[in-house]
Amino acid sequence: MKDGHLDGAPPERARGGPPGLTNAALGAAGLGGFLALCEAVPRLGVVSAEYFPPVSRIADALAGELGDGAFWTALGDTLTGWALGLAIAVTAGVLAGVVISVVPYLREATASTIEFLRPIPSVALIPLAVLLYGTELRSVLLLVVYASFWQVLLQTLYGVRDVDPVAEETARAYGLGTWARVRHVLWPTALPYVMTGVRLAAAVALILAVTAELVIGAPGLGARIAVAQTSQAVPEMYALVVVTGVLGLLINVGARTVERRALAWHQSVRGEVAV
Amino acid sequence: MLDVRGLGKVYEGSGRRVEAVRDLTFTVGAGELVCLVGPSGCGKTTLLKCVAGLLAPTAGEVLLRGRPVTGPPPGMAVVFQEYGRSLFPWMRVAENVGLPLKQKKLPGSRRRDLVADALRSVGLADAAGAYPWQLSGGMQQRVAIARALAYEPDVLLMDEPFAAVDAQTRADLEDLVRGLWRERGITVLFVTHDIDEAVYLGERVLVLSASPTVVQEQLRIDLPPERDQLHTRVAPRFAELRTHVYAQVQAAKRGTAAVPTADAPTVPGRTPTPPAT
Amino acid sequence: MLALPALLVTVWWFASADSTDVYWPPLRTILTTFPDVWTGERLRADVLPSLLRLLAGYTAAAVLGVALGTVIGSCRRVRAVCEPVLEFLRAVPPPVLVPVIMLFAGIGDTMKVAVIASGCVWPVLLNTVEGVRAVDPVLAETARGYGITGAARLRHVVLRSASPQIFTGLRQALSIGIILMVISEMFAASNGLGFTIVQFQRQFAIPGMWTGILLLGLLGFLLSVVFQLVERRVLGWYHGLRASSRRSS
Repeated sequence: MKDGHLDGAPPERARGGPPGLTNAALGAAGLGGFLALCEAVPRLGVVSAEYFPPVSRIADALAGELGDGAFWTALGDTLTGWALGLAIAVTAGVLAGVVISVVPYLREATASTIEFLRPIPSVALIPLAVLLYGTELRSVLLLVVYASFWQVLLQTLYGVRDVDPVAEETARAYGLGTWARVRHVLWPTALPYVMTGVRLAAAVALILAVTAELVIGAPGLGARIAVAQTSQAVPEMYALVVVTGVLGLLINVGARTVERRALAWHQSVRGEVAV
Repeated sequence: MLDVRGLGKVYEGSGRRVEAVRDLTFTVGAGELVCLVGPSGCGKTTLLKCVAGLLAPTAGEVLLRGRPVTGPPPGMAVVFQEYGRSLFPWMRVAENVGLPLKQKKLPGSRRRDLVADALRSVGLADAAGAYPWQLSGGMQQRVAIARALAYEPDVLLMDEPFAAVDAQTRADLEDLVRGLWRERGITVLFVTHDIDEAVYLGERVLVLSASPTVVQEQLRIDLPPERDQLHTRVAPRFAELRTHVYAQVQAAKRGTAAVPTADAPTVPGRTPTPPAT
Repeated sequence: MLALPALLVTVWWFASADSTDVYWPPLRTILTTFPDVWTGERLRADVLPSLLRLLAGYTAAAVLGVALGTVIGSCRRVRAVCEPVLEFLRAVPPPVLVPVIMLFAGIGDTMKVAVIASGCVWPVLLNTVEGVRAVDPVLAETARGYGITGAARLRHVVLRSASPQIFTGLRQALSIGIILMVISEMFAASNGLGFTIVQFQRQFAIPGMWTGILLLGLLGFLLSVVFQLVERRVLGWYHGLRASSRRSS
């Protein structure tokens, strides 16, 4: 880089204390304010407490749920559907992606089919799932796998497209076979993309798992929400919605951490190669 | 035209205090072409941003036509080094040049004339309908210059505008700027770290010290107004001037120069290191 | 290009031709049922209301998301305050909003539009925040130097520069919107696509149910084609820019 690009000017935001700390404080303040608002709105009668119970009552209901064995069973069911579905989708998505990329002409041949199948909303399959499997786990899996498969497949395809042609040619010139090329050239390049696909798929899988439980009635948090709704247990319903939100948050944060690790590893490896 | 008086800029944050510019005083007369040259990281960009009203100085003031600059004044146009990032990629070349004029609330016909004229001046009349990213780096910087010309500023500020283009393009652009200056009689303040460029272009060269910055020397460039890449650069006077400026910049880098003030902190081991660029 | 889809349809056609399995009727039966089911009255009474609700909810979410996102993204402090709350709200699986919003809005059109809007708003909002935040500093200073401020800055600089990110959000929101359109109708409704499909399933009108699945698929595909057309128009500059920087790198 030429000189004078930054020319000795420290970034503007350096002023006013370490940003990490203040940001955390501001964030905590925001969260506190949000909770206080949710407490005050029903208490002041802006919204009927019947529809929107104060935070303290939701917290009570949440404590009640946490002390209930049935809640933990439901949570376990949801997580099982999520994890199993995600695992199947990731395996199938990566395998399909690699095969489509490696076998000649397959990518061109499948492109339009993928473009057509991908936007089909997974919830269209709900009636079929009900007919075929009723409220079994397999109903949940059908929806979860269908929805998250595309995320992984597409990212894998993007990743493989990103393979450096020079590296590929070199590997070919040294007589590496298809399998060795997949392992040493294609996979390391595609991995960060695959991880992005896994992150997206993890979020989608949770949405579909809960949806399937909610609409079909397969056991899990979604079904528990539906029961709370029909029995007019409003604070419990809110408590369960909060639980699904926290679950989603944990999955997002966890997936992002894993992705960042994979990316960091990737870049350091590439850095060594480049030197 | 442009008066900079006792300008200073101190950055403060996270327990760190960086004095980027200490005490700068200079003037640029109407129709003058002045080059600012100094060692890497000497606060050239900070200075330019203060002059442009993009950054508030912590001491001193900048006057444009006798009026203090507190924000970006209407009579000033800046051309940045990063041509690729200073043009709007979602607008065609003509729209890029025309947008500031629209903001100035000029009537449509006048706008069209100014845009066409500015593009013609930089040799890009045919590129009006292209997107910036369809052009080469040198052409993109020409668009940025055209945008500044069309704005009809009192003072044109250029912040290392040619630092990121190749040598051939750079020579062309230098001649373009000099030609436009002579043709249109505009006032130009040109910041660069390239000594040859400063001497070749400027009527006057200000050598800046290392950060915290002061004006180390002012030098009148007594080369003939008619300059060209081939002859001017081999003229003996050019060599003398550039050697002189070079020595000054080297001295400034070491911090041992004839800095007029004696209070420069030159304690061994605690010399003020210029922040990395 | 079209060889594989044609092959798949052919395989489906012949594989299911003699099917006696009630759940997997022959493709022939499904296709002959399709026009009977989805033309005329049902098109007006079920498909149209669904699409209108989707359009209303999606538009509301887009406007709200871009507006709020611009405000939050422009100010560092506001962003820091809102971030944890937004992260949480986004993480809530949108379908669980259906029972919550039913409490407030009953089971009418308002509920469905509200459900679609409140599910679609998060991806738009968060992507807008990111896009607005990431406006190039050199570009921002150039605009400021030329006196481009206020509304002009918002229109010509901030929103245009954030538009690739905004479109990413809008694309995510579209698929969420379709899901919520169907689910809100499966839950409680007297018309709409989701309602009709569930009716068919409950009445064991299996070919009818299959035509519904097919129609939903077609709808998802068509909406995504329309979206791509709009995106290609609005973001033409962006794809050109990306392609040119890939070539030069």
